[in-house]
Amino acid sequence: MKKTLTLLFGGLFLALTLGAHAQDDALTVPSSIVAGSAFSVQSAGSGEGTLYIVGPDQVLKRTVQLGTPTYFTAGSVYNAGHYIVILAQASGTTTRTLDVTPVSAPSSLSFLAKPSRLPVGLHDGITGAVYVFDVYHNLIFAPASVSFELSTPSGAVQKQLAATRAGAAWTEMDSTSQQGNSKFVARDGDVSSTAVIRQVPGDPCDLKMSATPAGQLLDLHTDPVRDCSGNAVPDGTIVTFTENFPGGQSTVDVPLKRDIAEVKMPAHDGATISVASGVVLGNQIRWGK
Amino acid sequence: MGEVTMLRYSALICASIILASGVVSAQSDVTVDTSQLKGPRPLEEETKAAAIRDYLESWQAMDEAFQRDQPGRLDEDFIGTAKEKLAEAVDEQTKAGIHTLYQDRAHHIQFLFYSPEGLSIELIDDADYDVQVFDHDKAISKVPVSARYIVVLTPAEVRWKVRVMQASSQ
Repeated sequence: MKKTLTLLFGGLFLALTLGAHAQDDALTVPSSIVAGSAFSVQSAGSGEGTLYIVGPDQVLKRTVQLGTPTYFTAGSVYNAGHYIVILAQASGTTTRTLDVTPVSAPSSLSFLAKPSRLPVGLHDGITGAVYVFDVYHNLIFAPASVSFELSTPSGAVQKQLAATRAGAAWTEMDSTSQQGNSKFVARDGDVSSTAVIRQVPGDPCDLKMSATPAGQLLDLHTDPVRDCSGNAVPDGTIVTFTENFPGGQSTVDVPLKRDIAEVKMPAHDGATISVASGVVLGNQIRWGK
Repeated sequence: MGEVTMLRYSALICASIILASGVVSAQSDVTVDTSQLKGPRPLEEETKAAAIRDYLESWQAMDEAFQRDQPGRLDEDFIGTAKEKLAEAVDEQTKAGIHTLYQDRAHHIQFLFYSPEGLSIELIDDADYDVQVFDHDKAISKVPVSARYIVVLTPAEVRWKVRVMQASSQ
C-alpha cells in the first residue's frame, strides 16, 4: 500500500514537473533587457502563432513561426517598463513578462530652477531640481551624481554635488553678492542643462542724505544708494523724503537717477527731515534752531 | 509602531478624501506612505490628497484610452513624455488591431520627493492590476500584474498631471 502511494505521488510529481517544463519551454523570453537593445524570443512547437508584447508604453504584434526564434532588432522596444509577452497559438496561449530597463548613460536632464530673478545675498534663495533621462526619455533610476554650479558674471562658482534617488536630485544655493545674470548649471557626466538666474541688488543699505541751503529752499540729496553688497540700487527705485515742521508735514517721493535721489523742499526753521526707501530708513537732519 | 500608525492614519485620510471625491472606482485599494519623502518643501495634506486623486484618475483615463483606442482621453491627465508614450502605444495597438483593458486593483503609494520649487512630485506606486488583451474583439489573455511604477507629477492649470509613469523591475 505504502509502495503504491509512493509510486502514485512520484508519478504525479514527475508528470507535473514535466508539464511545467513543457509549459516553460513553450515560450522563452529574457526576463530583462536594456531599452533599445536587440533580443530574441524562442517558442516551441510547429506552425504559426501570434506574439504580443503589451505594455502601456509600447505595443507590438508579430506573426511567428513556432519552433524558431523571433528576433527583435535594436530599437524595437525602447520604452522602459513592464511588459506582458503573450504567445497565442491553436493550442492556447502562453504568457511571460519582460522588464525593459533604462539605458544607464544619461542623455538629457529636466532641470527645474527657481526663481528666475531674486535679490543678491539671499540664503538658500535659489533651488534646482533635476530628473535624469536616457536617450529614449526613460527616467534613469540607478543612482548617479549630479553637480549643480552657480557662476556669477565675474566667474566665481558655487558648486554642490547631489546623488539622484529614483532619478531625481535637488539642491539649494545662496544667491551671490554680485548683481547680474548668473548661470545655474546641472550636470550629469557630459550632459548638462543651464538656467539663467537674474540677481538684482537687494534693499538699500546705509541710506544717507545731506542738505544744502538754496535760498528759501533746501537742496536734499542722497549719497549713491547701494545695497549691503555694494551693488548700485536700480534707477527708478523710490526714495521718500519727509519734512516735519512746526504746523505741518510734507512728503516727496523721488525716483533714483544715476544712483542718487535729489529734491528741493522748503527750508522751515526747526524742521526735521528724514529719508527712507521701502522699509529701509536713512538718517535724519534737523534744520535751523 | 508609531510609523505604522502614522501610515495607517495617512492612508485613512487619503482614502476618505478619495472616496469623498467619488472619482475612483470602489474596487481599487489605496494605501499611502509619506515616510520616505525627501526635499525641503513640506507636502501639505491638501496637496497630497490632490496629487493622489489626480494620479488615480490618470489610471482611469489610461484605461479608457486603451479600451476605446482614443489617445485624446489622455489629454486631461497626462503631459509631456508620459502622454507622448502612451498615445503612441494607443496608436500602435490600433494599427495592430488590438485593444487592451487596464483594470487597477490596488495602489500602494510612497511619496519620494516634492521638489523645492513645487513644480514636481515623485512617487512610487506598487500597483496591482489586470491587463486584458483583445485581438479584433477576440479575448486573447487576461493577466494579473504587479509592477512598481515611478511617477512624476507636475502641476497644470487646475490639477496635477502625470509627466513620467514608468514601471521598474522590483
